[in-house]
Amino acid sequence: MMLSIKNLHASIGGKEILKGINLEIKAGEVHAIMGPNGSGKSTLSSVLAGREDYEVTEGSVIFNGKNLLELSPEDRAREGLFLAFQYPIEIPGVSNVNFLKTAINEIRAYKGLEPMEAKDFLARLKEKQKLVELDGKLANRSVNEGFSGGEKKRNEIFQMAMLDPCLSILDETDSGLDIDALRIVAGGVNKLKSKDNATIVITHYQRLLDYIVPDVVHVLFNGKIVKTGSKELALELEEKGYDFIKEEIGA
Amino acid sequence: METVTKQNTIKDKLIAEFDYSKNSFFGDLTLRSRAMESFAKQGIPSRKSEEYKYVNLGLILKGEFAFSSQHKISREQLVDTHILKNAIVIAIENGVLNLSNSELTNLPKGLQIIDITVASSNEIFQTHFSKYSDVDADPFVALNTALTNGGVFIHIAKGAIIEIPIHIIHISSVSENTIINPRNLIVVDGNANVTIIESFRNIDSKAKTFNNALTEIVIGENSIVDHYKIQDEKEFGFLLNTTHVNQNTKSVFTTETFTLSGSFVRNNLAIVLAGEHIESNLNGLYLTNENQVVDNHTLVDHRKPNCNSNELYKGIIEDKSSATFNGKIYVRKDAQKTNAFQSNKNILLSDDGTINTKPQLEIYADDVKCSHGTSTGKLDEEKVFYLRARGISEISAKKMLMHAFASEVVDTIKIVELRDFVEEKISKRFE
Repeated sequence: MMLSIKNLHASIGGKEILKGINLEIKAGEVHAIMGPNGSGKSTLSSVLAGREDYEVTEGSVIFNGKNLLELSPEDRAREGLFLAFQYPIEIPGVSNVNFLKTAINEIRAYKGLEPMEAKDFLARLKEKQKLVELDGKLANRSVNEGFSGGEKKRNEIFQMAMLDPCLSILDETDSGLDIDALRIVAGGVNKLKSKDNATIVITHYQRLLDYIVPDVVHVLFNGKIVKTGSKELALELEEKGYDFIKEEIGA
Repeated sequence: METVTKQNTIKDKLIAEFDYSKNSFFGDLTLRSRAMESFAKQGIPSRKSEEYKYVNLGLILKGEFAFSSQHKISREQLVDTHILKNAIVIAIENGVLNLSNSELTNLPKGLQIIDITVASSNEIFQTHFSKYSDVDADPFVALNTALTNGGVFIHIAKGAIIEIPIHIIHISSVSENTIINPRNLIVVDGNANVTIIESFRNIDSKAKTFNNALTEIVIGENSIVDHYKIQDEKEFGFLLNTTHVNQNTKSVFTTETFTLSGSFVRNNLAIVLAGEHIESNLNGLYLTNENQVVDNHTLVDHRKPNCNSNELYKGIIEDKSSATFNGKIYVRKDAQKTNAFQSNKNILLSDDGTINTKPQLEIYADDVKCSHGTSTGKLDEEKVFYLRARGISEISAKKMLMHAFASEVVDTIKIVELRDFVEEKISKRFE
């Protein structure tokens, strides 16, 4: 098992948001987590990535045999966890290239590896840029500075490609994307898919799942996973809306 | 029988020093006497003085001080402070020009460099010396004018393009507390182009140097002057650095002040835009830590129409250090169509650090565009988290963000070698 979440409770400012999440993900799988606004989707991704604003009050998260909750955000990334942010941050003055070089080499140092050779880094940069059709000029600019919404999301997937994580969490990656950008982003994610890695796609809408086809769909509601099914569940949700879930669980 | 004598104040000692040394001074004794009178009237400003309220000069200037130092600086020590491979180096050691440590052979055509102690007979010198620094406006201008015993006069002739940067190295090394008053005059005639770097270093000292350094710069029509100050004086350096600039029509002046260390640094920078279609750029970066006090006072005086000024000062404040930014902009009645912009941004890294920021705009013309802005905050935690979420340690993330913050100023340095030098200093600082 790559990721095993058991009875995870988390709160922010004393308010409980996650109320007992259970989830298991194996290598090679794509899981979609769907849910209405306020159900706890983004809280789950933040807690997994190690955002310090949230307090985990109960439960456990085991990632590749390690207690994820004890690790700093950087060590989680170094262990192979990647969060594609819903709202990627602009960092003027830090170039994309320098940022990625530092990230890759710190991850390598953690694994006891030498820094990546400059020419290998450049080759990788070029190859992965193509994957998400990211303009080379954007890679040389400051991180996300002046990028359009679509470019920011493509840059997230570009970073994911560069860092080659084993578990990627895509947090509302489809929000604010037009159909072309959505196709490029999803195409990138699909090309990066392998039997050794796994993906969690967090989304409000079914649309993205036409492009990134999930093996399992979970419905998150009021801090709990209330329903799990195949990809057809996403279509059903799209058709009937979240109200049908509320009726089913008697909320 | 024991007698108790009242300890003389630093002001009394400075006045006594003047009377004692006045017959051995170079230059115009009438001017010096007038300056000393003015100093005696003004005295050392206390914290009640509006202009010096955030610096405790009384404390800094407490105790005994010498007024010159015989301490020698070796060739190696001087060479150690070189920044550029290729520069016209002027060595000002403990406030006095040392020709033998300077690199003044094969000066390009149109460039004249003269020891200020023998410049008095030069007509151009006479025309400009002490014309831009008003002894009655500031006690340290008065003090410098009265007591200076060294410095340099630089003249760039009409139409001269000086491609090699001129590097004035202010280096001090003393064995007892010393006040020095180096004085420079830079006259750039019309249609000329020059880059001047002034660096400030204190080495090998166990006593304070209070360096009351003053540079006057006058820029002729259509001339372009780039001016950089690298202030890196370490713990025994106390620097009061005055720069007075007078710009004429269609000239472009850019000045960048990098304050990297020093127990105390006060910059008084004033630029008079005396003609039309002038551009003035003022950038500054100060990185303060421990108990350091850094105070930047700037004045941009728009006197004529159709001029632009841009000012950007940024600071990172750590530990118990304190930084002050006071930026005045005057737009006089005649200065219509002025564009004047000012910005001061700070990052406060500790709970004990202090930043005082005060923009002061006085606008007497009605058709102008002026703006000022100031911000002070901590490092953005969202940015730190974003970098950490990619596997970058918290320390590296913070370093990257501080570099990024500083880069807005550092990137404006036009000489690559100098930019690399400053970058490296910043990197070392955040290690």
